[in-house]
Amino acid sequence: MSVLVYTENWEGKFKKLSFELVSYASGVARMLNTSVIALSLGKVDDSELKKLGNYGAQKIIRADSDKLSVLDNQFYSAVIAGIAWKENATVIIVSNNNTGKAIAPRLSVRLKAGLGSSVSRLPISISPFTVYKRTYSGNAYAHMVIKSDIKVLTLAQNSFELIETADNSEIENTTIDVDIADVKTTIKEVQKQTGKLLLSDADIVVSGGRGMKSPENWAPLIELADAMGGATACSRPVSDEGWRPHEEHTGQTGKIIAPNLYIAVGISGATQHLAGISSSKYIVAINTDKDAPIFEAAQYGIVGDAMKVLPKLVAAVREIKK
Amino acid sequence: MKILVCISNVPDTTTKIKFNEGNASIDTTGIQWVINPWDELSLTRALELKDDPASGVKSVTVAHVGPASSEPTIRKALAIGADDAIRINAESPDAFFVASQLSDVIKKENFDIIICGIESSDFNGSAVGGMISEFLGIPSVSAVSGLKIDNGTAVLTREIDGGKEVVTVPVPFVAVVQKGIAKEPRIAAMRGIMMARTKPVKTIEPVPSEFLTNIVALEKPSPRTTCKFIDPENAEHLISLLQNEAKVI
Repeated sequence: MSVLVYTENWEGKFKKLSFELVSYASGVARMLNTSVIALSLGKVDDSELKKLGNYGAQKIIRADSDKLSVLDNQFYSAVIAGIAWKENATVIIVSNNNTGKAIAPRLSVRLKAGLGSSVSRLPISISPFTVYKRTYSGNAYAHMVIKSDIKVLTLAQNSFELIETADNSEIENTTIDVDIADVKTTIKEVQKQTGKLLLSDADIVVSGGRGMKSPENWAPLIELADAMGGATACSRPVSDEGWRPHEEHTGQTGKIIAPNLYIAVGISGATQHLAGISSSKYIVAINTDKDAPIFEAAQYGIVGDAMKVLPKLVAAVREIKK
Repeated sequence: MKILVCISNVPDTTTKIKFNEGNASIDTTGIQWVINPWDELSLTRALELKDDPASGVKSVTVAHVGPASSEPTIRKALAIGADDAIRINAESPDAFFVASQLSDVIKKENFDIIICGIESSDFNGSAVGGMISEFLGIPSVSAVSGLKIDNGTAVLTREIDGGKEVVTVPVPFVAVVQKGIAKEPRIAAMRGIMMARTKPVKTIEPVPSEFLTNIVALEKPSPRTTCKFIDPENAEHLISLLQNEAKVI
């Protein structure tokens, strides 16, 4: 028996979410009284792999193949499921990011394993195996029993603290042995943003809504995000109007994020917007309307004009960062 | 080419969720049921493709797993423009069960492109689309924000961390779609509503399957502490609170 965690890499490097995943897997393994195996696919060097050991991975399996250069959901799932069988894994954990969401349901069918998606805490109990997961777009949380022998979980990003431990890991290389001959996904074009902090990776997010009044008014908001080392986001009307790019839309139908700090500027706080940001650790609201529902979701609020408030905040942040 | 759009019937996204006694299910009194927002966008995109003769899309079918009470949502999809509908007459205990039912229908009806929303706004499982593809052993592309058909080949844009990839896959395949797939959901016109009444809805009984998960309890998210207000004239005080009290900067 073991807990298998799939740790995605980005050009050979791991991110904070990789370590969150391994920390979480260690917690689950402790409950089950078993060990954690981390699986890495593609080219990652030993020193990078060893970092997973700092969060509790006992065995780190590396598999590489040219066929892994494209994310083909079918092929990736077959590889991960194959290793899960071989290692006798009873719980398989992946991130609830784009890749994890693409792979987890396929693993579920391949392994006939119940899927607990977007879990944000350790299982409530292991017998019956009960997970705590987001439902109704964050308006409720469910206790969900997974009754199959094997379980697949996707972990909500930024929902679990990193837990460091003494490295006690060993790296094992393995060959890929699957019954799928061809990778069917062909990449025609890649468009990458470079040098920009990704919204999903950001600990601090400054977000603007229709209350910003016009796209020309974004300068102080961007300045505040830059000064804080954060990323910028926006509400749906703003991206629909084309004031900001669609990638920035946070909310039920846009990105769902959980930064440590979310600053909502000129956002009224409709249910659909809150669905995308309610897992943030701290929410700050800046709005001219004191009755705006965003203040009910926020721990800190300023009732005032963003154009007057933002420059003061930028100055204060620069002062403490000096 | 035949497109199937899988639709889920969910409470209107502005619904204030209340629980039944025992906290294991929601109180559906007064709830307005709608097509899951991502499925509505999927349907819109499928219809846009059908409207373009160059795409070669001949029909758009919707499929749903649910009891007879979900018919109004199916009729709405027909009113928006789907040609016909299939309803698998079963409550949906979990995603595994739903995906196995839909897979069985797809096997019999030979659809080329199967479109599912990235998640349903009720169970947020992000599960059914990917599960169908694995049941059928066909490719899937997830986080799809663009779908077109170019000389008979489906070209998909998918979101990756920090960017986009344009990919192709052979039919049949499952596209799991998200925001961007269509700009605005298409709205049913009066003519469409009239026509929907006579469009075929095939009701079929479920095939034997099982479910692997079940929800035993629901709880509300823990309430946040009340909002602490800072005087806008003294806005910089917020930064000191974030630094010293919340300790997030």
